Amino acid sequence: MTAIPLQPPRRLVEFTLDGAATRVPEGATLLDACRAAGKDVPTLCEGDTLTPKNACRVCVVEVEGARTLAPACSRAAEPGMSVHTDTERTRHSRRLVLELLASSVDLSTTPRAAAWIVEYGAEPGRFGADAARLNEEPKVDNDLYVRDYDKCILCYKCVDACGEQWQNTFAIAVAGRGFDARIAVEHDAPLTDSACVYCGNCIEVCPTGALSFKSEFDMRAAGTWDESAQSETTTVCAYCGVGCNLTLHVQDNEIVKVTSPHDNPVTHGNLCIKGRFGYQHVQNRD
Amino acid sequence: MDLRFGDSKPTDEERAAVDAVLGPPGSAWEGAEDRDAADLRWARGGRAARGRRDLLLPGLHALNDRVGWVSEGGLDYLCRRLTVPPAEGYGVATFYSMFSVRPRPATVVRVCTDLVCGGAGLCGEVEARLASVPGVGVEASPCLGLCERGPGAVVVRAGPPAVAFPDPAPPRNHGAPPPGPPPVVLRARPQSPDGLAIPAPPAIGERGPGRSPGSGRGGAGEKTHATLTLAPATPDTLTLAALDPETFSSEAPPAPLPQAGQDTLILLRRIGSVDPASLDDYRAHGGYTALRRAFAIGPAEVIREVTDSGLLGRGGAAFPTGRKWQATAARPEQPHYVVCNADESEPGTFKDRVLMEGDPYALVEAMTVAGYAVGAHRGYLYLRGEYPLALQRLEHAIAQARARGLLGDDVLGQGYAFDIEIRRGAGAYICGEETALFNSIEGYRGEPRSKPPFPVEKGLFGGPTAENNVETLVNVLPILTMGAAAYAAIGTEESTGPKLFCVSGSVARPGVYELPFGATLGELLSLAGKPDNLRAVLLGGAAGGFVRADETDIPLTFEGTRAAGTTLGSGVVLAFDDTVPLPRVLLRIAGFFRDESCGQCVPCRVGTVRQEEALHRIVARTGADAADDIALLRDVGRAMREASICGLGQTAWNAVESAIDRLGAYE
Ligand SMILES: Cc1cc2nc3c(=O)[nH]c(=O)nc-3n(C[C@H](O)[C@H](O)[C@H](O)COP(=O)(O)O)c2cc1C
Ligand code: SF4
Ligand code: SF4
Ligand code: SF4
Ligand code: FES
Repeated sequence: MTAIPLQPPRRLVEFTLDGAATRVPEGATLLDACRAAGKDVPTLCEGDTLTPKNACRVCVVEVEGARTLAPACSRAAEPGMSVHTDTERTRHSRRLVLELLASSVDLSTTPRAAAWIVEYGAEPGRFGADAARLNEEPKVDNDLYVRDYDKCILCYKCVDACGEQWQNTFAIAVAGRGFDARIAVEHDAPLTDSACVYCGNCIEVCPTGALSFKSEFDMRAAGTWDESAQSETTTVCAYCGVGCNLTLHVQDNEIVKVTSPHDNPVTHGNLCIKGRFGYQHVQNRD
Repeated sequence: MDLRFGDSKPTDEERAAVDAVLGPPGSAWEGAEDRDAADLRWARGGRAARGRRDLLLPGLHALNDRVGWVSEGGLDYLCRRLTVPPAEGYGVATFYSMFSVRPRPATVVRVCTDLVCGGAGLCGEVEARLASVPGVGVEASPCLGLCERGPGAVVVRAGPPAVAFPDPAPPRNHGAPPPGPPPVVLRARPQSPDGLAIPAPPAIGERGPGRSPGSGRGGAGEKTHATLTLAPATPDTLTLAALDPETFSSEAPPAPLPQAGQDTLILLRRIGSVDPASLDDYRAHGGYTALRRAFAIGPAEVIREVTDSGLLGRGGAAFPTGRKWQATAARPEQPHYVVCNADESEPGTFKDRVLMEGDPYALVEAMTVAGYAVGAHRGYLYLRGEYPLALQRLEHAIAQARARGLLGDDVLGQGYAFDIEIRRGAGAYICGEETALFNSIEGYRGEPRSKPPFPVEKGLFGGPTAENNVETLVNVLPILTMGAAAYAAIGTEESTGPKLFCVSGSVARPGVYELPFGATLGELLSLAGKPDNLRAVLLGGAAGGFVRADETDIPLTFEGTRAAGTTLGSGVVLAFDDTVPLPRVLLRIAGFFRDESCGQCVPCRVGTVRQEEALHRIVARTGADAADDIALLRDVGRAMREASICGLGQTAWNAVESAIDRLGAYE
């Protein structure tokens, strides 16, 4: 007989969120609480399938009595805390983070960035025309995906997805430090000389489009990428018995990229090279 | 874990360097050159190798020491031995400024261009002189902790002594210092055509079976390299030292303490009078009475004494040491650790170096007391990479203490096991931040962790950890010998005990001063010889704040400086007279933070760059002309302070803000 251990009951934590008494299960983050309460807190480095590194600092909230602001995505709710999510202090830091990011990298393919820039009144241009930028050339060194680190906000999601949180391949890491820190493979080699297995899980989690399908990259360059004209169909990968869910993104009757539903309890959005990139046979019409 | 290694191979020299730290590889899986039959049947390494990841940093040092840089083949071999993904190994190697992943000259002269030394223009001059010398490179360095006798420099020569192997080079010139650039090309090492050093053959007797693996894991067991500190350095001495660090042995003895011999000294009491190499001399000067008392009263009482003494941490954050120890001791998880933060890279700070060089056994004893109190059996001493003399003296002290039963399985015959391991930092100020320091020791990038959890719950290797500054630990000895009450009677109610101050800059007698808490800034400055044309004082170093020359009645206590709207930090008192161009100083401070940011969080990674840019723009502007950029600085500074992950970003705007508000820097 196998005994199935029961989860210990999760205790509830009581605290106040923007003045309202709130209860969340022990271990829940302030962001979880905000989302449950319908509050829209901006996030960039937080991702639904990963433990956030809390590096972007765009989700900061004010915890009464604390000297500094706290990242909502990572700070667990504690009993008796009093948290404010929309104060002059939080708005100031969020505005500055958006300004600092937008002045140094290309956020044009970061969903919601443009709206937040308006919402928080960020003016990235005020650091002047000479403000240091990343100025990285896209790295196109294989036929499957492109690394355009000019768009990278160093959220560490791809590192975590490639490493211990999902893929366990550890092909990429952060190299250098400070403003010169970059995502890199070993010895900063081309991807083809690295440990990368082309599962594409890093592309799945990248919040900025710094990592993208070669197909998407080429179509954007040609001006033919049009998300509004794309349809999405979720199906089951036919290559092996694991049976991962695939979401095919189709434009003009061509598959343009493949993602995977994050809420799948088995794969959480992860695929392997075959499911992610091996779609040409589907549209081989010869 | 699915690791893939490239096909670059280590050179014999690189293999020897890594094996000296890790021992010879056990199987082909671990990188042994020959595959035996057993290797075909089962894989070894795995978890056991992974458990040694903390040897990554010592391994990188070993490669860097022998060949001067970290090559692909060397790094891959080290990573294979430790089962570290090469991408992560590369990420760690590129984090530290003392390592290079590109070929570079075997001899590197690192010249301090920071707040005190920077004005001397030494770096440029030395660069010009050594420009034509192959195999020698010159780099600007942040503060080297030699401020009391600056300008300071460190010469690092990779590889075993050149004289130990047949050298076809012409004899070296030991004559008078060459005037201007040296006329002859002196070949200290065989060179590759592009002027970069090629790895030299190992010294005779250094290779082959039977050579014992390197002694200290982070240490300088064998002669694989030479490191030399020079202060005050001149273009002449630096040129000579760069050409032949081995025979250039004129390392000046540490400057005598300005207060040497005064009988009011407690922390500095032995410095200058005790032989730092002699355990017996240390004991003759009262050494090891504190540890004996600790054993007599037991760990709980030791913590009570430290708590009652009111000791506040001297590393900058002024956290009560007794509370930290109590919290660590009380955690049920095992093992517990003690970590001594001897990274000391805050510009203007050099007190910990003076303590470690002058009285190394005191630190060994104090760490043992701390370990005993918090229930740790292992202590790590994380030492700034640029402190060769402190490294040598502490290694010696630890070895002696071990040999005499003062460290090891049975300390003083009391049945308590404790040992200390030294870890060398590799040029990263951020590694002084307590959690970044844990990551650095563990073989990860020196990026701070987010808190909570705090180190007392989850610190080094995930265990409860008490981390303390050198000066904090050394204070524990008088607490135990004189008793908490007598100790607490020194200083003020809230800031108890004696305090070390690092006085440098425009004063007649720079150096480390010890005063009871409560003395005023003016009193300290008059001891050190205050200049008539004093313009400002930077309190607490680059992360601290400026005060005006007329604010000399500020009491030098944690509460007094707080009340005055500034900070004591780690005890830096850096005086500037009115000849020092303030905008240049501010630019240097901003440049320091930009260089030293780990890059993890946006407010600091980008904010420090924007801060420096704005200061560049207003370097020669004042008043209304500068107003827009000052508003920008305030906006950026506020976000850095409020939203950065760690203290580096949170304090990166302090000094600039205080210069604007208190000194009217741009009015
Ligand atoms: C960026 C940064 C650098 C630091 N550098 C040092 C250092 O070099 N030495 C040190 O003792 N503490 C340093 N600290 C403070 C440590 O994080 C920590 O507070 C201290 O080591 C605790 O010891 P204490 O309680 O004895 O002061 C630094 C903190 C920050 C944020
Ligand atoms: S490449 Fe994308 S996922 Fe990776 S750190 Fe940059 S922004 Fe984040
Ligand atoms: S994505 Fe890969 S693992 Fe998943 S079903 Fe397809 S082939 Fe199998
Ligand atoms: S504040 Fe700066 S140094 Fe600290 S974690 Fe952030 S980027 Fe790194
Ligand atoms: S989303 Fe929380 S810090 Fe990035």
